[in-house]
Amino acid sequence: MTGNAGSNAFAPGALAIETHGLTKRFGSHLAVDSVDLAVPRGSVFGFLGPNGAGKTTTIRMLLGLVGATSGSISVLGQPMPASLASVLPRVGALVEGPAFYPFLSGAANLHRLDTADRSVDGATRSDRVAQALDRVGLGHAAGKKVKAYSLGMKQRLGLANALLAPRDLLVLDEPSNGLDPQGTREVRSLIRSLAADGTTVFVSSHLLAEIEQLCSHVAVMSSGRIVSQGTLDAVRDQDVSRIRVVTTDPVGALRVLADFGLEPSVATDESTADGDVRVVLAPVPATDPGHRTSGIQPEAIVAALVAAGVPVRGFTVEESSLEDRFVALTGEGFAIAEGHSVR
Amino acid sequence: MSDSPVSDSTLSASTAPGETASVRARPPRGLGLALLASELAILFRRTRTIAMLAALAAVPILIAVAVRVSSSGSSGRGPAFIDQITQNGLFVGVAGLILCIPLFLPLTVGVAAGDTIAGEASHGTLRYLLVAPAGRVRLLIVKFLGTVAFCIAAPLVVVLAGTVIGAILFPLGNVTLLSGDTVSISESLGRALLMSAYVSVSLIGLSAIGLFISTLTDTPVGAMAATIVISVAAQVVGSLDQLAWLHPWLFSYHWLGVVDMLRQPILWSSFGDNAILQLGYVIVFGALAYSRFVTKSILS
Repeated sequence: MTGNAGSNAFAPGALAIETHGLTKRFGSHLAVDSVDLAVPRGSVFGFLGPNGAGKTTTIRMLLGLVGATSGSISVLGQPMPASLASVLPRVGALVEGPAFYPFLSGAANLHRLDTADRSVDGATRSDRVAQALDRVGLGHAAGKKVKAYSLGMKQRLGLANALLAPRDLLVLDEPSNGLDPQGTREVRSLIRSLAADGTTVFVSSHLLAEIEQLCSHVAVMSSGRIVSQGTLDAVRDQDVSRIRVVTTDPVGALRVLADFGLEPSVATDESTADGDVRVVLAPVPATDPGHRTSGIQPEAIVAALVAAGVPVRGFTVEESSLEDRFVALTGEGFAIAEGHSVR
Repeated sequence: MSDSPVSDSTLSASTAPGETASVRARPPRGLGLALLASELAILFRRTRTIAMLAALAAVPILIAVAVRVSSSGSSGRGPAFIDQITQNGLFVGVAGLILCIPLFLPLTVGVAAGDTIAGEASHGTLRYLLVAPAGRVRLLIVKFLGTVAFCIAAPLVVVLAGTVIGAILFPLGNVTLLSGDTVSISESLGRALLMSAYVSVSLIGLSAIGLFISTLTDTPVGAMAATIVISVAAQVVGSLDQLAWLHPWLFSYHWLGVVDMLRQPILWSSFGDNAILQLGYVIVFGALAYSRFVTKSILS
């Protein structure tokens, strides 16, 4: 599906979105700090980052809603915002949630937004509105006022608006927000089918599992900067695996794992049935991509834990997920200071 | 770096698997009047607009009904126009219009003009209109034309409602003008429409101010209130003799000059002076709104 983003993916002109040193300052606050994005054409590009990382501001700059303080933007090979009038008709967007006139029906809202685009054919407007509504499963609610829509229905209507005309690029900010699991699946398959037609999809999301299933490329943003960018595998594999120890003596486990040169921490978000049982996690850095544990033998760690008298209830070597990588990159991890908890 | 039109070559090269992949750049078609049509449809189908126009229509109806119910002949009190209603129903529309000029009409225009940009911003639809892309200048012009349409509709509704209720409740006849001349029913109807047009022009300066204020905020109620306050303030200033030097520059200066349309011959210079003054306001506040809106960061 994403094979066309292969060899010449980074050749000039093969980028759907390209920014250099993109910066936005609001007063003294640096919202976006010299961001260099490179979104290959035909890719499904995941744009990740915690709240307040600057994702939405970046998207607003890409679409010409907010002027950049400095830096350059190129969308579909043309400079923005200079070529806004010729670029934006080819771009469908869902920006920071759907927004509609509550007193109009879903179809009337799409009709209204479609009249704003001078490049489309007014004669086909009603047909395109109906098609877009059907595509997101809102055909039955077309005549209903938007104030009676649920959040999920509004989200679908926002997607329908992005699909009113044929697009080369879709910029979707949190497309699954407010959708039930069924809707999330539908959005995922919709994005896949659009990507299969060659549309580049730039999607920001907090749902890391979603991004992991959908995207060929990702960029991770934190505090206004891009901290990692590339193909999904390249970003994920920088942190190959982690060791997970279930024990009633987390302090002992931390000490033993630290002796191996690892940086263990007590998981704060995993609850266990027994209050005394803790989960200790230690990422294993990859020095050699071929060997998942980079020379450290898991069985040696188990032996050392037992020798140190740490009661081990469970021990696993886990493949890292995008979530681990995300947490490591954006500094949301909960690192226990080494050794300070020794009795 | 990307000066050359790369689109043609890359679109065909980079999307080999799916021939349908690329969308050719679509040039704009015509003026894009569809947006103006949509703006007018939304404005005049909106419950709020209909309610405002209904309230305006209620003014002459209330006057007529009140005068009819308490009609004990001319009491000699109250405005001269109201007194004349009982003799000729054609005066109801004119009386209603003059009564609405200082407050009711500016109030509704303040609501319509204050809502233009700030209302879209508060709904969040502003960002979707601009991403469509509507074009900032085009959107501003469409919004202004929408308020102009409201300025035309509002006084017209007062005059028409007044004329109809006047015809129902009172006798009709030739109208005696301010200058003492008498004109036929049909000409007096023409005069009433002319007065309506005069008031429409009078309100356009205020709508330009409202449009500008609307670009300053994402809160429509704030923009509406500010516009209405300005219209009241201008009339207060206009009533202070100490500020007489300022009076010719106030957008409300010629508002009550509408009665010049009831003279024989019609004082066209009054209409022209008013139009020039309003045009000045449109230029100044249109330019302010333009300079503000084209550079505005759309964060709503």
